[in-house]
Amino acid sequence: MKIYATDRDGKEIEIEGREGWTIMEMLRDAGLPVAAECGGACACATCQVYVEDGWYEKLTPPADMEVDMLDMALAVEPNSRLSCQLVCSEELDGIKVTLAPE
Amino acid sequence: MSEPIQTDVVIIGAGPAGLFAVFELGLLDLKAHLIDILDRPGGQCTELYPEKPIYDIPGLPVVTGQELVDRLMEQIKPFAPTFHFGEQAAGLTKLPDGRWKLTTDSGKELIAPVIVVAAGAGSFVPKRPPIPGIEAYEGTSVHYAVRKMDSFAGKNVLIAGGGDSALDWTLNLAPIAKSLTLIHHRDGFRAQAHSVNQMRELVAAGKVNFHVASVKALHGQNGQLAAATLAGHDKKEWQIDADAFLPFFGLTIKLGPIAEFGIGLHENLIPVDTAKFESEQPGIFGIGDIITYPGKLKLILSSFHEAALMAQAAFHICRPNEKLRFQYTTSSSNLQKKLGVS
Ligand SMILES: Cc1cc2nc3c(=O)[nH]c(=O)nc-3n(C[C@H](O)[C@H](O)[C@H](O)COP(=O)(O)OP(=O)(O)OC[C@H]3O[C@@H](n4cnc5c(N)ncnc54)[C@H](O)[C@@H]3O)c2cc1C
Ligand code: FES
Repeated sequence: MKIYATDRDGKEIEIEGREGWTIMEMLRDAGLPVAAECGGACACATCQVYVEDGWYEKLTPPADMEVDMLDMALAVEPNSRLSCQLVCSEELDGIKVTLAPE
Repeated sequence: MSEPIQTDVVIIGAGPAGLFAVFELGLLDLKAHLIDILDRPGGQCTELYPEKPIYDIPGLPVVTGQELVDRLMEQIKPFAPTFHFGEQAAGLTKLPDGRWKLTTDSGKELIAPVIVVAAGAGSFVPKRPPIPGIEAYEGTSVHYAVRKMDSFAGKNVLIAGGGDSALDWTLNLAPIAKSLTLIHHRDGFRAQAHSVNQMRELVAAGKVNFHVASVKALHGQNGQLAAATLAGHDKKEWQIDADAFLPFFGLTIKLGPIAEFGIGLHENLIPVDTAKFESEQPGIFGIGDIITYPGKLKLILSSFHEAALMAQAAFHICRPNEKLRFQYTTSSSNLQKKLGVS
């Protein structure tokens, strides 16, 4: 599966997603500056991404824990998600995300 | 200005690494002072995952972040370390006699022959909203914590966030502020339900304004805020009067002043040797997540081992004329006396 990620300078890169890994892990693996301070424990809100329209709706809705944690993120938009809570799967092939500001 | 504090070892960071270092140093009769920008011990364990279980602490099949820190605090109690909470280690200089002088952001000075950097990934600091020019207002009109409530009396106060801090300060400041506006990215809050209910009552009574919105711009002069531009999710923008802005988005980790300590930082980590855990500067040691060496793992158990070896090396610097005796806590009455168990 492929992930299309836009960095904070507006540059889009294509990442090969690995089934079962989180999008946060794939973004970091590709060298993108995602802080992810809590290492994916849904405890820091520093892995926020904006999910492109059309894709947002296809995702499993955020669990309560993620909704709560998004309250601690900066510049939250209606299409914000915590990328450590999004697991790569074939259904997400082609998903487009943009890194939230630091 | 008060006299500098003189001690054996100053530890920067009261996370698990710094806390256990107190124990290993204490067994060797070395006194420690700890500095942490947080107001409590535990570093990442208590700040990021107090309720989550840890399964890889030897001998403790399961322990939460908070429990581990509570136990470490109990374990180091006999050595009566001095904690300097709410202070950031800001500067480090070498004295002519070879010792180090550490200065905190509040101007406190500590002098010791050994400094142990147990700073994790850096200091926990408040998250700063990405609003252009916000820095210019920090300390005067933009505050990440409330120190004196009175200073908000009669002011137009703007609060952002949806957690307990945002809600608590909305409730506390609404009665004394001229106006109080709370903004959040959704009409729902992670804060305690009873605070949310109280807030909603104040909104219904016209005493608090609540908007699903974010701050787009701040307006004012010489650090004094006068107004803020807010934007809703529909991108509609409007301006409100605001003399003070309190963003409450929790903490994030920033490397901070350690970068300027001249200890050969490599990719934000301190390279150390694996016999003494000393940096390229003699007398400055590193343990825990902040260090790097071939094979380093960012695990709590590794930091405990690092602390034990560091303490041995620190002893030789602090007590150059004394001989170090290797002893087990199980059988040494001398160590047991230090621990207060015999
Ligand atoms: C969600 C999560 C789960 C984890 N689970 C495990 C696990 O199961 N097992 C495991 O072994 N590890 C786990 N870890 C990793 C473990 O928490 C870290 O390895 C450990 O906390 C590192 O300890 P430390 O003392 O080196 O640093 P930290 O815990 O980061 O503490 C450093 C402290 O230093 C302070 N500080 C830094 N610079 C300054 C300064 N200039 N002035 C004043 N204070 C300063 C900081 O504020 C902080 O309090 C986990 C981490 C996370 C985030
Ligand atoms: S990495 Fe911390 S919330 Fe996702």
